[in-house]
Amino acid sequence: MIQTFFNPEIIVAAWPIVLSGLWNTILLSLIVVPLGLLGGLILALLASIHHPLVRWPLMAWVDFFRAFPPLVLLVLLFAGLPFAGLELGGFACVAIAFFLNTGAYYGEIFRAGIDSVPNGQVEAARSTGLGRLQAMRYVVLPQAVRNVLPDLLSNTLEVVKLTSLGSVVAVPELLYEARQAQSVTYNPTPIVMAAVIYFLILWPVVRLLSRLENRALAGRR
Amino acid sequence: MSQKHIVEARGIHKHFGPLHVLKGVDLEVKERELVFIIGPSGSGKSTLLRCLNRLEEPTSGSVMVDGIDMLSPKTDINHARQRIGMVFQSFNLYPHMTALGNVTLALRKVAGKSRAEAEAIARQALERVGLADRADHTPGQLSGGQQQRVAIARSIALEPRVMLFDEPTSALDPELVGSVLEVMRSLRESGMTMIVVSHEMGFARNAADRVVFMDNGLIVEQGPPAAIFETPAHERTRAFIGQIQRH
Repeated sequence: MIQTFFNPEIIVAAWPIVLSGLWNTILLSLIVVPLGLLGGLILALLASIHHPLVRWPLMAWVDFFRAFPPLVLLVLLFAGLPFAGLELGGFACVAIAFFLNTGAYYGEIFRAGIDSVPNGQVEAARSTGLGRLQAMRYVVLPQAVRNVLPDLLSNTLEVVKLTSLGSVVAVPELLYEARQAQSVTYNPTPIVMAAVIYFLILWPVVRLLSRLENRALAGRR
Repeated sequence: MSQKHIVEARGIHKHFGPLHVLKGVDLEVKERELVFIIGPSGSGKSTLLRCLNRLEEPTSGSVMVDGIDMLSPKTDINHARQRIGMVFQSFNLYPHMTALGNVTLALRKVAGKSRAEAEAIARQALERVGLADRADHTPGQLSGGQQQRVAIARSIALEPRVMLFDEPTSALDPELVGSVLEVMRSLRESGMTMIVVSHEMGFARNAADRVVFMDNGLIVEQGPPAAIFETPAHERTRAFIGQIQRH
């Protein structure tokens, strides 16, 4: 059993490969999370315009990318775009797919946050001469983000997990490298290593999240 | 009496969908005047107030404040609004900032003051409302009366030419009303032009220059407080004043 799943020799041999996969996972996360947050913020700001000409295309966009499975989107970009003469690397495809997919999710979270701030806040800000965007930036957004912090964090957790999809398009992230090591060694130990590493980096986030959620609940009482 | 009008609203109509909330209201206010607007709920008094700084867009009519045409598309509304302070029923302080932060925000971002300048002005404003020692408190750490005084400081820090008060004491526990009225009285003594929508009849009686009674989207009558309270000309005014004095 230990020889099969926790083989010490294979752990030592596979360690450098798995480690380089971990770095790529971290790098990928550091790119796709800010991209998704930025995309979401743009969508939410557009939604706050409340104009039918903005609203309907926006709703269609968000609905489309929330309904579209991210794996399918990724494969489509990776395998489909070359036929249109556009050959993007796996990394770029992951970045674009995540921007589209997670941006839509982050956008809904930001929108809920913005809606949660009472209109009186905007009125007070505007009555002192702040412009629409200034009121958004200095008065609404800070409160909005605070109100939806647990949801933002929870979505971020999902995004980091989803980076493992990169393995499908040959991005050498944690899962991909672990599978490479597995196929070389004919042993599942590297996959177990990857699983343990995922758990170890995400578990603290999960703990933080539940503390935030408990605090939010206590605050509401 | 050749004092010029600092506020001139003419023929203000406001529709909310099928609702005709203001039906052609004229209101003129002289410099240093304190005008009290009273009337039953739904009479349009708050909407009228909010039309003066264009928080509501009148359906038709004209609003001039301190010589600025508030409804003209050419007017820089953000600039114009600095001259018109507004105090809200629910205070609307920014909960994520300290009292000082609430007062300095517009000073820095709209009036373009440096942080040090803005803080010096803000501390003076807080001093004027008796809250110099609460500068570093957040709204959540302040009583309702203190919050409303911070809101007043936030407005007066911008040195407005007119102050609008939209039921400033209605959300307060009775024992906290006095402190807010006291600040309003001292503002009045400093010569501030004030338009107040409120049910504080005692305050109206001894501080207002003029009381305006509104009902059903129109001004029914107006005059000095004694005349409106003791000898109202209209039946509707008499009924309304009788009602609130019974409470």
